[in-house]
This record gives sequence, C-alpha cells and structure tokens, in this order.
Amino acid sequence: MIALEKRPMPSRTLSMATPLIAVVITMIAGGLLFAALGKNPFEAIRTIFWDPIFGEFAFYYRPQLLVKGAPLVLIAIGLSLGFKAGIWNIGAEGQYIMGAICGAGVGLAFYPTESILIFPLMILAGALGGWAWAMIPALLKVKFGTNEILVSLMLVYVAEQLLASMSLGLLKNPDGHGFPGSRNLNDYPSATSWINEAAGLHWGMAFAFIAVIFSYVLLNRHILGFNIRLTGEAPRAARFSGVNPTRLILFCLGASGALAGLAGLFEISGPSGQVSIDFNVGYGFTAIIVAFLGRLHPVGILLAGLLMALTYIGGEIAQGNLGLPSSAIQVFQGMLLFFLLALDLLTNYRVKFTVKGTA
Amino acid sequence: MTGTLLSISGLTKAYPGVVANDTVSFDIGEGEVHALLGENGAGKSTLVKMIYGLVKPDSGTMTWKGQPFTPPEPKAARAAGVAMVFQHFSLFDALNVAENVALGMEDPPQMGDLARRIREVSETYGLPLDPNRTVGDLSAGERQRVEIIRCLLQDPKLLIMDEPTSVLTPQEVEILFETLNKLKAEGTSILYISHKLEEIRTLCDHATILRLGKNVGECVPAETSARDMAELMVGDTLQTPTRTTEKKGEVVLDVSGLSLEPSNPFGTTLKNIHFTVRAGEILGLGGVAGNGQDELLAALSGETPTWPDAIKVKGNEVGNLGPNARRGLGILAAPEERLGHAAAPDMSLTENALLTGAIRENLTSNGFVNWSGTVEFAENIIKTFDVRTPGPHVAARALSGGNLQKFVVGREVLQRPEVLVVNQPTWGVDAAAAAAIRQALLDLAANGAAIIVISQDLDELMEISDRFGALNEGRLSDIRPAAGLSIDEIGLMMGGAHGMEVAHVGETEGASA
Amino acid sequence: MDLSAINPVLLIASLMVAATPLLLAAIGELVVEKAGVLNLGVEGMMIVGAISGFAISVETGSPILGLVAAMIGGAVLSLLFAFLTQFALANQVASGLALTLFGLGLSALMGQSYVGIKPPAMAKLDIPVISDIPVIGPILFSHDPVLYIGIALIAAVWAMLKFSRAGLILRAVGESHDAAHALGYNVIRVRILAIMFGGACAGLGGAYISLIRVPQWTEGMTAGIGWIALALVVFASWKPWRVLLGAYLFGGINVLQLNLQAAGIAIPVEYLAMSPYLITILVLVIMSADKSGAPASLGRTFHASQ
Repeated sequence: MIALEKRPMPSRTLSMATPLIAVVITMIAGGLLFAALGKNPFEAIRTIFWDPIFGEFAFYYRPQLLVKGAPLVLIAIGLSLGFKAGIWNIGAEGQYIMGAICGAGVGLAFYPTESILIFPLMILAGALGGWAWAMIPALLKVKFGTNEILVSLMLVYVAEQLLASMSLGLLKNPDGHGFPGSRNLNDYPSATSWINEAAGLHWGMAFAFIAVIFSYVLLNRHILGFNIRLTGEAPRAARFSGVNPTRLILFCLGASGALAGLAGLFEISGPSGQVSIDFNVGYGFTAIIVAFLGRLHPVGILLAGLLMALTYIGGEIAQGNLGLPSSAIQVFQGMLLFFLLALDLLTNYRVKFTVKGTA
Repeated sequence: MTGTLLSISGLTKAYPGVVANDTVSFDIGEGEVHALLGENGAGKSTLVKMIYGLVKPDSGTMTWKGQPFTPPEPKAARAAGVAMVFQHFSLFDALNVAENVALGMEDPPQMGDLARRIREVSETYGLPLDPNRTVGDLSAGERQRVEIIRCLLQDPKLLIMDEPTSVLTPQEVEILFETLNKLKAEGTSILYISHKLEEIRTLCDHATILRLGKNVGECVPAETSARDMAELMVGDTLQTPTRTTEKKGEVVLDVSGLSLEPSNPFGTTLKNIHFTVRAGEILGLGGVAGNGQDELLAALSGETPTWPDAIKVKGNEVGNLGPNARRGLGILAAPEERLGHAAAPDMSLTENALLTGAIRENLTSNGFVNWSGTVEFAENIIKTFDVRTPGPHVAARALSGGNLQKFVVGREVLQRPEVLVVNQPTWGVDAAAAAAIRQALLDLAANGAAIIVISQDLDELMEISDRFGALNEGRLSDIRPAAGLSIDEIGLMMGGAHGMEVAHVGETEGASA
Repeated sequence: MDLSAINPVLLIASLMVAATPLLLAAIGELVVEKAGVLNLGVEGMMIVGAISGFAISVETGSPILGLVAAMIGGAVLSLLFAFLTQFALANQVASGLALTLFGLGLSALMGQSYVGIKPPAMAKLDIPVISDIPVIGPILFSHDPVLYIGIALIAAVWAMLKFSRAGLILRAVGESHDAAHALGYNVIRVRILAIMFGGACAGLGGAYISLIRVPQWTEGMTAGIGWIALALVVFASWKPWRVLLGAYLFGGINVLQLNLQAAGIAIPVEYLAMSPYLITILVLVIMSADKSGAPASLGRTFHASQ
C-alpha cells in the first residue's frame, strides 16, 4: 500500500531537485514517444538537447537560445508573480500580441523619420499595450469578480483577430504589393530591437535579465513581494495582514501584461520583424510551462526559459534532420509540465510504502 | 445496564511522530452514558474515529455484543448501530436539512417520507427542525440538531457525541441532556466526549480518562470530584491565573452603532453593536459560535472596514482604516483560525512574524524588509512565550496547536497593543499553554491595554473578564460586570434556548414510548 | 451585403448544430465542477476527442465507433488530470492548463496523417412525414442523433443531480469534501468518476466538431470552444437547463456571425470572428455576481489526513 504523509515543512532539496528529475523522466518518456514515431530515440534526444549547444553548428544555435529564451523568460517572470499570488493570467499570448501591435504601430507611425527617441517610445507603447490588455481581466475581476482565467484567455482569441485585422488593414505595408503584413521593422534602423543582429543580441535579452533581477529583489527583499507570496499561500491571512487584494490583482496582472507586451514588442521589432497573421507562435502559453518548471522562482525561470528555448531549437533541428513532427515537441513540453506537477507531490508529502497486514 | 455493548481492548494507533492511542481499553455497557475525558490532543478523536470506521487501528481489538468488530468504513459501523455527532459538523451548507440527513443514512427513504420522519423525530425529542431549510442558514445549535436527528433516524445502539456542548447555550445544553437521558432510558448507549467536567458529572455513568493517548484512569463521575478528574486529565496540579490590578483607566475603544453585512453568504450580519473598553480592562464576549464573532473581529482589526465613526480609539475615528493603519494606532488582533488566518501555514515563523509585525516593529524601510530584524522579533516571541520549536525557520503548520497559538498571541502582545482583540485565544490548546496565554492577557491588561476576549469557553471568560457581554445573531447583549453573573443569566444573554421549549421533552415522553 | 440570403429556418437548425459541441463539453464540466473539481483541460480533451474520433471513424468507416473512441480518448486524457489532482494533489488550475497544452500537442501529432481527409458521414435522422413538416421539420426533426443525445444528456444530468442519491452524493462531495469524507463517502472515487464523465463528454463534443459539424480535421480546430464551455458553466450558474440555454445562445451568435460574414456585411470579418469571445466575456461579467450555485469546495485539493 502506498500512503502519503504530509511533511511538516516543504522539502527545499526536493523543491530544487524535482524539476531536474522531471526533465530526466520527460526525456525518457519523450524517447519512448519518438521511438513510437519510428525515430531513433537516442539520436532524437541528442539532436534536441545536445546538438544546439555542442553540435557542429552550435555557433549558430547558441545565440538562438537567447533569442527564443528571452521572450519566454520575460513573460514567465510576469506570470510567476500572479501565479504566486493565486492570480491566473493565462492570456499572456494575447498581451504579447497587443504589445507587439502597439509597439510596432508607434514605430510605423514615425516611418521613415529616424530618431533615437523612437525605440524607447515603442518600448513604452509595447509595455502599455500589454498592460492595458491585462487590465481588462484585472478590472473585471476587481469590479465584478469575473474569473480572470477565462477572460484573459478569451482575449487571446480577440487579440489574434485584431492582429489579423492589423496586418491586413491599418498596419499593412503600403509598399507591399498587396501582400498581408506590415513593413519590416528590421529595415527601419530607429525601430529595431537588434543590438547586434549577427551576434543574435537584442534588447529583449537585456530586459529579460533585468526582469529576473528585479523580480528576485521584489520577492525576496520587498514587502510587496512578501504580500504576493502571502496572498498565494493564505488569502485570508493576507487580508488580515493588511494586503489590499484589489491593488495586488491590479499589480500582478498589470505587471505580467506589461512584461508580455514588452516581449511582444522586442520580438516584432527584432526576430520577427513585421506585424503578420502568424506572428505569434505560442510563447505566451509555453511561458506558463516555463514559470512552473522554474518553480515560480526568478532564477529557476531563467534556467527553465533557456531549457524550453533549447527544446524549440532542438525540435526545429530534429524536424529538419530526422523528420520529427513539430507537434512532437509540443507534446514533449506538455509532458514536462505533467511530470513536474506529479513530482511536486514529493516536496510536500512523503510517500510511504507499507505492507498490508503487518500491523 | 444489562450487558456490554462495545468492548475496546489494547487499541493502538500511531501517527508519524505521535502515538495518538496507546493500548486503550474500556467497555461501554448497554444503556450506559460513558464519558471519554481528556485534554485536547489526548487522543479522544482518534479513538472514536476508529470506532466509527474512519481510521483503522494499528493493533488491538474491539468487540460488539461479543462479536469481533472491525468496521472497514463508516458504512459498516453505521450498519452495526454506531452513530456519531461530529465536533466539527459533517454538514453541507448549501444542501437542505433533509438532504443532509439522507447523506448520513444507509437506506434513506424517499425525500417526502424522510421529511415527515424528520418532523416526527424532532418533535419526539424536543428538537424542532424544518426539513426544508438550508443548513447554511441555521444556527450552531440547530445544526447540531440536524446531526443528532440524522443519528436518531437510524435507531443507533451507540451514539457518539464529540464535544457537543461547545456550540450550545447553557439552556440548550439542558435540553440536550434531557434528550440524551431519554435516549438512555430507551436503552441507547452514549459515548460522550468532553473536557468539561461538570457536564460529565451531571450526565455520565462512567468515565474513561485519556492523557497523551494513554488510558490513565476510570471513575464514576458522580462520586469523583471535578478537581480529581481534572488532575487525572492534566496530570499536574493546575495553576489559576493571577490578577494584580483593579484600576481601570480612560475609555480607549468606543464602538457605537456598528452594523455590517457579512462578506460571505452564510456569514452573520452585525447589528447595531455598542460597547466601550477602558484601559486596563478585559471585556469578555461570549456567545455560541457563528453569531458574529468572526465578523466582529474583522471589523475591529480593519479587515472589513466600516463607517469612520463606528469605531473610535481614544476619540479618533478609525472605522474606515485598514489593518495596517490601525496597527499604527495600536489596535492589534488575533483571529480564531490559526492556520490560514492568523498565520500562513507554509510560511516560516519569521515570515509569520512579519505578517503583522511589519508596522509596529519597524521591520521595513521604503518597503524593503529587514529580515534580520524580523528573525530577532520572531526569536523574541518564541523565547518570551515559550513556543516549543527548533527555531524561527520552521513552517507554522509544523507547530502544535498550542504552540502556534502561543506564537500568534505572543506576536500581538509583544507589539505593545493599546487595544487587543483576540478570538478563541485558547481553543484547542492544552491546559498549561492555555493558562500561559490567559496570564499573558491579564498581564497586558495590568499594563494598561484595553482587551477584548471573544470566546466560547464561558469558564475562561469568567476567569479573566472584568465585564461580560454575549453575541447572539449578530447583536450584542448589554455589557455587565462579570463578577457575580449566574450561569442562567449568562445563558439568557447568549440567547437562551433559541426558541425551544424545555418542557416539550417531558410532555411527549409518554407518547413515543 | 445581402441579408436576405440568411434563411431563418436554416439559421435555427444550424445554431442547434453549432451549439452541440459546446453543450456536450459544458454539461460534462458541470458535473465535474459539481463534484468540486475545476478542470481547465476541456479544450485539450475536446481536441483529443476530435482527432481520436476522426481517426477511428476514418480507419473503421464507422462514425459511431468514432464517437465512442472520442469519448474514450477524452476520458483517458482526463484520467491524467485525475491522477495529477486526486493522487498527486497537484494544483487544479495548473494541471488543467497542462492538460490543454498537452492535448493540443498530442492531437496535432495524432492528426498529422489525417489532414485533408473526409470522414464517413453520420446519417441524419430522417423520419418520413415528420421531418418534412415545413419549418418545424428541418429545425427539430432532421438532425444527427448526437444532437438529440446532447439534449437528453442535459435532462439526464438534471434529473440525476436533483432526484438521485448518486446526484446527492456528488453535490455533497463538491460542497464539502471533508464532511463527505467524515460520513464515509469515497471523495476521490466520486471525483475521478466525475472527471472521467467530463472527459468523455468533452471528447464527444470534440468529435462532433470534426465528424459532423465541419467535418474534417485541422490542427487546433476546437478554437477555444472548450474555454467557452467553461465560461458557459459559470453562465449557467451550475444549472443543467441553463447550459442548454447558454449553448444555444452562443451557438446562435456564432452562426449569426458566420452568416453575416457570408452575407458580406460591412463589418470586417475579424471583428465578427471575435464577437463570440467578446460576448463570452460580457456574459461572464454579468453572471459573475451570482455565485450561489458554485460548489463550495470547487478547486480545493482534498487529502484525507488522519
């Protein structure tokens, strides 16, 4: 018989070890999955996890790691604040899109003027766009008690339609010969987020690092971070302590929306380049996995974001070299979250195996 | 008494780190009212859960009318004739009385028949109850009636009652005892769990006393003094708190016309509450649970803000201020629910010290937390209040109820409150810790704080209060000096028998026999 | 723009079809939530149901087998959620999200070789005479059987919750798992069964889209219907008949906006396409004041300790 016994205190060691164990188990399960798909599991795993960093073309893939990791980390840092407080923003994808549209919109409005002020303005607009989009579920939750999970998610679909509308209408490239999509911001020096495109460095990475540090300080040193954690652990105790739930909801959703908006802005003015229908590739959802995999801890999220970026890049390589379907990587990422959640049990409970009848 | 109904022998149940029951043995005769006596944590609840089939013993045996008795689940226990009235009610707020009763029965009749039978039984035993009412709207006493009727409908051979009087007014207790005596006369055995000695002396034929999971003695309560039983139960001679000063100062807290809608659908509305508390005074507020205690504490602590002039401290209107602003003015509070309200279960004691201590202990600057100062504060609480724990890094949930309560009360006391509001300060706490907490409250009053103690333990209130009032359905009775109040007067302040006629039981006795 | 192209009889008939997947998923989730469990994985279970049903009916040629497979697929996936939340005591919100993310990936993987194929058609109810009655015939009596099963399911769930002992126990578990446990009910078992029922319903709803409504397989074809189903349960205040009402309302909006798109109304297509989601938000706002039907233990983890 298996019995669970609650630990008097959550185990810190296991709290750090379980993400690693989950990754290992996911590799095994993923290997089985790839084998079932008729691929050599060892080759597939090596292609995904080894080749991008140490393989022959690592010089090309390594910077990609940061390119893909930056938006994931940026979004996940924001989400983790809310998740810690029990506020579930799962519409980061929508905020990411809105940040991109607003930021790109501001940039394109100035085209072709060149000025050092344009990019900072775009950053502001991107953050504001994401923030405003997240404020919708936040205000509805605060005013009417509406469920933020459903509202933020519905707004993803709305944002996707807006994106389509923008790339076909308002922001369409006037010189684009009727093709959908905006001007490419990479061809507009004042509006690009690349610091050094050849090295794969853009401002999003800088902001991701700043977000990690900021979030670390906030959660560990500041009373606001304490209040966020307290609200998540024990909402009644938080109110007794004097936390204003309204302000906390507005802050957490606003911050995560702004960060997702920033991620969208840096993506659209850098790696992606233009407003187009297929601009968003699900970073807002993958960031949820990143946030959990990183244990909602800023440093953990940084590592988890890089790992998840690795699976994206490795997945693409595997797609090209081995014909592994792209959806296999999605399944792989989903499994990772499953195993992580299942293993979470170990941090709070002891599993005891008892033989029946010895009593 | 004709024979033995249930015989328990050598029952043992261990949980990690604690032996809840250690070779406990006793017999319950047919038609006997048997008391199970012990402090909180003595293992009473675990023992009855084993009888009821909720928990399986590690070793030991039970026999029921001479046959081996090992109920694998409550269903089997109920089938044998065991019925249980739970301490923390096993009721469903959103369902109606009849549905609640049906859930506790093996083969409930159709809802219509069931409603009729509920009415019949409730009249027979003097426990009026409307089967169609939603349970969440009932008073604590009425909720208990639902549980009792649920049991009675199954013709139990053994009725287990876990601390039944903790939610009743003295008048309601009297009615309950009449019902129990009637059941006894009909041949039903009752296992009566309590730590209230006078009750046991009035009601029970036999008593088994548990301490730290062990059977430490048996007695015939009517022939044993309360003091002897208490010493068996506690294993020590009790210290009664000492009071030093009688001087009362200025009015510090002035509550007038406080009315408040509850925040949850089954909460209690506070209705036009008035009272004052002077410096150095302890105001005891009694009343059955669920009559507005939580709401009053929330209004005083600032969790639910109200009109500015409803609450004044030293003449300043504070009713609209939040908890932290009030803390700044010296109004501190300790809610009833330790885990989840007064303290965050998974957070360390240090973090829990910060939870209310940030303002008065200056633990933050510009919003940044001074963690070393917070650790010091937590260590100070632990040391001053003798909280048994390895250190301030331990999670709150790892502490025993009594130790956490000492921490929670100590945390507020050490912040030098001008006004302190505590709800159920010694609930579920062992006698030694309870005495320490009461002493701390008395000392604090002696140093000039105004204190409000909300409690359901009338003995406690009488012991430490200067003045006494009671909450009943969100209203506060007149406040009267505690000294010299009789139990009847207190009962009436608490709302009397809540509309039940005491004589009813006697009248219908013949009819149902 | 030509609004006269919109035929009201066909509109009503097709709104019933459009509402059915939503209705199926929502009634399943209602039962799950009544048991006190919040499963946010509806979208994932629907899409897995959609592809399981599609694949099996293509392989076997039988739409019926396909529907059965979809229910099994949804239920099996829901077991993952049940394992996480009931045994591993994981957070229900996170586990539901995981289920959806996983389901979307899994369905895409399973569906690779089924893109662009037409599934075997499901026979429609065609009762001579009755189905030919003007107006009433096409609206009420000429649909596929699943549509009627959906309505019957609403009635069955309503009756079960209101009159049966099983329904009473289910509500009790959702109301207070501690009290139900104290009375000796197996909280975990009740919840797992409810979760599986929800999974089967969501799977069936998904297959309805891929086999009957559309009918073909495309990645991510559920397009948020699972999430709207979750909103629908709130809209319905956890009352079965209101689920039916809500589903028809949403079905109507969806069909209407599609019709308006086709009719070439002056509103851009994108704005019409976002309308169901915006209306869902609006409805959530209006309905969130009333939480009276919400089970008290909804979303809380149960562990029988000591």
